[in-house]
Amino acid sequence: MSEIAIAEPRIGRLLTAQIRRDLTVAFRSPGEMINPLVFYLIAVTLFPFGVGPGVERNAAIAAGVLWVLALLATLLALDALFRRDYDDGTLEQLALHADPLFVGVLAKVLAHWLVTGLPLTVFAPLGALMLHLDPAAMPTLVVTLLLGTPILSVIGSVGAALTVGLRRGAALLALIVLPLYIPVLILGAGAVTARLDGLDPTPQIVWLAALLAFALTSAPFAAAQGLRVGLE
Amino acid sequence: MTSEPEHCLLHARSLSCERDGRLLFAKLDLTIAAGDVVELRGPNGSGKTTLLRCLAGLTADFEGDVERHTPIAYCGHRGGLKAELTPLENLRWYAALAGVDVGVGGLCEQLDAMGLEGYALTPCQQLSAGQQRRVALARLRFASAPLWLLDEPLTSLDEHGCALVRDLLDAHRRAGGGAICATHAALEVAGARTQSLGLRA
Repeated sequence: MSEIAIAEPRIGRLLTAQIRRDLTVAFRSPGEMINPLVFYLIAVTLFPFGVGPGVERNAAIAAGVLWVLALLATLLALDALFRRDYDDGTLEQLALHADPLFVGVLAKVLAHWLVTGLPLTVFAPLGALMLHLDPAAMPTLVVTLLLGTPILSVIGSVGAALTVGLRRGAALLALIVLPLYIPVLILGAGAVTARLDGLDPTPQIVWLAALLAFALTSAPFAAAQGLRVGLE
Repeated sequence: MTSEPEHCLLHARSLSCERDGRLLFAKLDLTIAAGDVVELRGPNGSGKTTLLRCLAGLTADFEGDVERHTPIAYCGHRGGLKAELTPLENLRWYAALAGVDVGVGGLCEQLDAMGLEGYALTPCQQLSAGQQRRVALARLRFASAPLWLLDEPLTSLDEHGCALVRDLLDAHRRAGGGAICATHAALEVAGARTQSLGLRA
């Protein structure tokens, strides 16, 4: 037995290997990767058709629309977070060998955010221009999305983990996750609205940052536990 | 089968499992010691995969105790390969997961030894089912897990591939490892202490 050397799994290596693997997979199937972004941009262009062409009318709803659509676009991509790995068997390998599993989950969530949440944030100013959002509120919009979209991804990972073994999990996923998104939506859209009203958006932004810290340090544990249940 | 605890890789006591009202196995005792290759035989649906998943710790939905004394490597009927990635990238992920230091050269050697010369950089979705199975089994060569749990390791392998698996199991057994394989075809591992388990259907 002594000739079989067992190396200590290193957390940093696990984290980088998992992120690198998920990013490589994402870039090899780019259609799936840009799907949420395309949904986001198309949905934004639909709103002026729906509410009418008035500049003021669009500007008034812009913050809320951009935030709700970012939330829905994240939800759209969330179902694939663990499902593809579940189908090809790499998820059970991750659950068996990733030590600790929450590091593997955190890596998957970070990679997921890099290919969905980050592009949504980067392209949000474009959507904001289409909806005539006051350019002065643009930095607030980007900052809140930069803090908020990772919260959406990491909270969503808990729901995605719990529903991974279900054949029609996507509908249940929305039911589990959307109520949890409400505080993020209120704070994110509220900060932009406050900025438009000439108020200081700092309190909402600080609250978002606190939520992000809390979600990043707690949700991966819940998602890891959810995966163990979901894999059975 | 040795009873000394340091040679015992896995010990399961009075395992019972029920799925959809059918009793798959009841009061099953199983010990895998160093040097044991256990063949798990039984008809389709008799609970071979379920037993392996119980032993691996992938499901907690059973009665009884499973004591695992060493790290395990589990090859399920789902291959555990990313179709978009090349065999090399898949193995690199496994090496990082197991915390084993194997360079690109080392991983290529493992692939060559499994008869996959020249396929290291071909995306797995372009490989045949048998070749994918070989990639999945290649990681056993460096996983440094003393206990292997293999679910139908010979599926879609040709004769040469089956011989490779036999050699792999034989070398592993000689090195002091143990394995349990769910299979319907006889493994015929040379000189192995093979123990067939008939499960109740």
